[in-house]
Formats: sequence, structure tokens, C-alpha cells
Amino acid sequence: MFMDFFWAFVVGGLICVFGQICFDVFKLSPAHTMSLLVVMGAAAGGLGLYEPFIKFAGAGATVPITSFGNSLVQGALSELKLNGFVGVITGIFEVTSAGISSAIIFSFLAAFFFKPKG
Amino acid sequence: MLQGYQSWKFNNQPVIMGRATVVGPFEGQGPLAEDFDIIHGDLMVGQKSWEKAEKSLLEEAQKLAIENTGLTKEQVNFNLGGDLMNQIISSSFAARTLSVPYIGIFGACATSMESLALASLIVDAGFAKYTIASACSHNASAEKQFRYPTEYGSQKPPTAQFTVTGAGAAVVGKGGKGPQIISATIGRVIDMGIKDPFNMGAAMAPAAVDTIEAHFRDLHIEPGYYDLIVTGDLAKVGFTIASEWFKKHNVPIKESQYFDCGMMIYDYEKQEVQAGASGCGCSAVVTYGHLLKRLQKGEFKRILVVATGALLSPLSFQQGESIPCIAHAVALERGEE
Amino acid sequence: MPNNRMKNLTPVQQEYQELAKQEEPKRPLFKNSIRAFLAGGIICLIGQGIQEAFIRWGGFDQKSAGNPTVAVLIIIATILTILGVYDKIAQWAGAGSAVPVTGFANTMASSALEHKSEGMVLGVGARMFELAGPVIVFGTVSAFAVGILHWLFNPTI
Repeated sequence: MFMDFFWAFVVGGLICVFGQICFDVFKLSPAHTMSLLVVMGAAAGGLGLYEPFIKFAGAGATVPITSFGNSLVQGALSELKLNGFVGVITGIFEVTSAGISSAIIFSFLAAFFFKPKG
Repeated sequence: MLQGYQSWKFNNQPVIMGRATVVGPFEGQGPLAEDFDIIHGDLMVGQKSWEKAEKSLLEEAQKLAIENTGLTKEQVNFNLGGDLMNQIISSSFAARTLSVPYIGIFGACATSMESLALASLIVDAGFAKYTIASACSHNASAEKQFRYPTEYGSQKPPTAQFTVTGAGAAVVGKGGKGPQIISATIGRVIDMGIKDPFNMGAAMAPAAVDTIEAHFRDLHIEPGYYDLIVTGDLAKVGFTIASEWFKKHNVPIKESQYFDCGMMIYDYEKQEVQAGASGCGCSAVVTYGHLLKRLQKGEFKRILVVATGALLSPLSFQQGESIPCIAHAVALERGEE
Repeated sequence: MPNNRMKNLTPVQQEYQELAKQEEPKRPLFKNSIRAFLAGGIICLIGQGIQEAFIRWGGFDQKSAGNPTVAVLIIIATILTILGVYDKIAQWAGAGSAVPVTGFANTMASSALEHKSEGMVLGVGARMFELAGPVIVFGTVSAFAVGILHWLFNPTI
């Protein structure tokens, strides 16, 4: 149990350090960096590396945005198995809908009730 | 009269007869707080949006400047102003309130001196009795338009600058009491290929140097002629680069006489502003609030204010363009009180 | 120094850019990386804790607990954005607050909040994905590419 927390901390931290290097060394914008990380997550998912990574690092692998890329791929691949080629398109948002839906809903509610503070 | 290639010498003594500065809460926490006429505690100034807030700051500054001159707005012939918003709506909408014939201009952060130079020209040439020149900016509206939503968590690099929330206005008339406007130099657009919108100082410094050199050349004077030469908003990084660039061009500007408004308005220790301040409001409020006060007190006899602006848009940056910049200079002398 | 970008500049521009580069304050990479590590690690730690809680008391299993965990983190990030605190945390944490899914939530909440002044439809509705869009677009396109490659080569992964 303790090891779960330990690896979540370390792995999550290291992925963020990679992001920081993108910011400070390669002078990439946050949007570019996040896009890069998502694509890397998708690639790792496609190579079958991300699921075992999640088993090892737990939240350290599921919380960073890379996991979003992996989830999109998992959705596409599971539909591909079931329904063939069309599944690649229909399955993409299957697994990630919780994240996207909650982000949309809560951002909407935030804007409805609150104002920015500057 | 035209002086040299790109400068004007005003022989009919245009004078800043009245002026006003209105700033936001963050500027009110800085070292120059005592020199501003109004400090707002609410960044939205009780309005419904950042843009409306910026407009209301400018309206206040213009109203107060005219009051401080002892005139009514019906006596002011022309209103020259600009800001950072798309289609300079802050100035246009404030002009609607002011109802004085309006000339909207865009010089990015160089607008303050661009408007003052033009206002002085119009009065000096006899085409107006009184003109009002103003410039404003707002931190949140600028961030929203040029960079990111204000609540977005992006880490600003050490070269970044903090846009001033402030509006400055000055009423120019012939003769009378107040700081005298002696000459002005209109800058050329200078682009050294700098592309980083988070390092405006580096982009603007060469424009400042170019205009200052042109000023000395056109008027046949040396830097020592002025007690103070101050750039608008080069901030730490741009200021250091400009100082070096002056040396490379053999311009004998002394450290003791060269300052920058962007480095004066905030307290680097207490306020997290990275390289310093920027924005049209920066040079406007520091000049009209702080520098002219010191000028009239007798601390200086002659000063040269060189406002600097970066003429980019978010679109130009996304299309891979570099940042063209401009600087406009106005020379002011101590006048009667 | 041989540099493709420098080729299109005049000698004066090249000289100036070298000066500008010299005077540019260096980014404190080490300090920023430590902060990013700590912040990112802590957010993942919190995520791990939330996940364990859902498994233990929510009746979820290892796989299905991921969804509610992400939703909770998104809510927390949205609240911090509303409070005006997330951007202050981010100046310290850098990538540590941008990389986790909380950063994604912040991009959407901050855009939505900012454009409230333009109305709920054309402001909030239209501009919500301002910053999050690239992530969704590139994620989708790369998932599609991966799917196509799997379909073509049929690997047993």
C-alpha cells in the first residue's frame, strides 16, 4: 500500500519534470507540451506499454495528461476488436467521457455562478 | 517646425496645463502610490468586464485631467488616445463619454508619448486651443487578449512583464502654467527579429535606442542636455540590453541619467512582476503622475520621455512573425507653477 | 555559429540577437524541476488516495475507480480556479500543476470564467476549449493513427 503511494508520487513527479524541461529547455508553450504528452501517452498505449505502467505507478500514471492519450487509444482498440475498422472512430471517447464530461459540466457551472478574479 | 529628419520643435510653448492618473490596486501597492490621483481597490472597478473597467479608468482620468486644468470639456478641441484593446475600444468608448472630437491612435505601449506629441503639434501649430492626450491599459484585459485567461495557471518566465492597470491623461494648451513640451521625435518601426512575446523588453530596446539617437541627431544635442532620459517599459531585461546597445553605438548616456518607467512603478521585492511593468498605462501614469511632479518640484530641469511599444498581435505571433517595435520621444522642460 | 534561424537575419539583427540572448536571465531549470516534481507528485498522491477511497468505500474496482477519481480531481481544480488560487499555485509549480489532469480542468474552467462577459453561448460555450482544444484534437488524431496502425498490422498486444 505504501509502495503504491510512493510510486504514484515519484512517477507523477517525474512526468511533470519532463513537462518542465519542455517549458524551460525547449521553450514549448503549455499547449504544445500537453499536446506532446498526450501523443506520447497514445503512442505508449498503442505499444501496450501504458497499461502495465498504470499497474506499476497507479495514480502516478493515471493522473498526468499522458493517461488521457492512453485512454483514447484503449477506447479505439477495444472497439476495433469488437466492430472492426469502424470501431477505431466510434470507440475513441468511450473511456474518456468521464473526464471530458466533468470538465465541461463543472467549467460551465463555474462560469454560470462565478466571475474571474484576475 | 520640422527639426532634422523625424523630429518636431515646438516654438509656441505648448504646455501640459493639467493632468491626471488613475490606477488599479496592484499599482497602489507600489512605490509610486502617492503620486497617483485615484487608486482603485477593485480590479474590475465595479464593472461587468475587464474591458468595461479599462474604459471607466480612462473616463475618470480624462474627466479629472480636464477638471485639474480648470476647463470644461466643451472647451477642449480634440481628444487623442489609444490603448491595447482590439479596435482601441477603451479609448473609443471613453471618447463617446467625453464627446470631444476624437482621433484614435495605436502605438501599443508607446501611445502615451505618441498622443502627447501629436496633441502638442496640433496646439503649437494653432489648430487647437486645447487638446487632451491619453493612454490606458488593464492587466486583466491585456492578459485575456494577448496571452491567457486570467485564472489560467501558466508559469511566467523571468523575462515576462506585468501589464499596468492604469490610465493617464494630459491637457495641452498654449502658454499657461505647467510643464513645457519642447520637442518630440517620432520613431520608426524597428524589428530585430525577436519572436518571443514573453520577452518584450528585448524586442523594444532597439526601437528606443533608434529613436533616442534620432532625437539627438535631429536636435544637434548630446545626452547630457537632459537631466533624465526615461524609457517607457523596457523593464529589467530591455533596460540592460538598451544600455549595452547604447555603448555599442557610442552614445554617451550615463547610468545616473537613464531610467525606465517599467522598473519604477512596482516593488520588485514585494510584488511578483518578473522583469517589470509594461502597458500603455505604464509610461502614461509614471510620467503624468510621478515624473512631472518631480520636474515641477525642480528636481529636474529637462527630461526626455521615450515610450516604447511592441506592435504585435496574438495572430502575428501565431503566424510565426517576429515583433516589430516603435518608440516615440517627447522632451519636457520645467515650466511655471 | 551555424544556425538555420540566423541565416535569414541581417548582420545587425544577428549582432543584436546575440546581445539579447546574453542578457536574457536564464530560466532556473533545477529549481523549477524540483518544484514541478513536488507539486506533480503531491497531486498524484492525492489522486492515489482518492482512488483508494473509491475502491475501499465506493465499491469500485481497480479499473473502474479511475473515472470517479479523475472527476473528483477535476472538481477540485475547478474550485481552485474559481477561488483565484490555481494560477498562483501554477507560478510556483510550473509543469507540476499543468501536466496532471487538474491542469486540463484549469484550462477549461479558466477559459469559461474569462469569457462569461461575452455571454453563456458565444462566450462560455464557444471559448471553453480555447486552451484544451489542442490536447483533445491531438489526442484524438493520435488515437486514430494508433488504431489504424493496429488494424493494418494486427499486432497481438
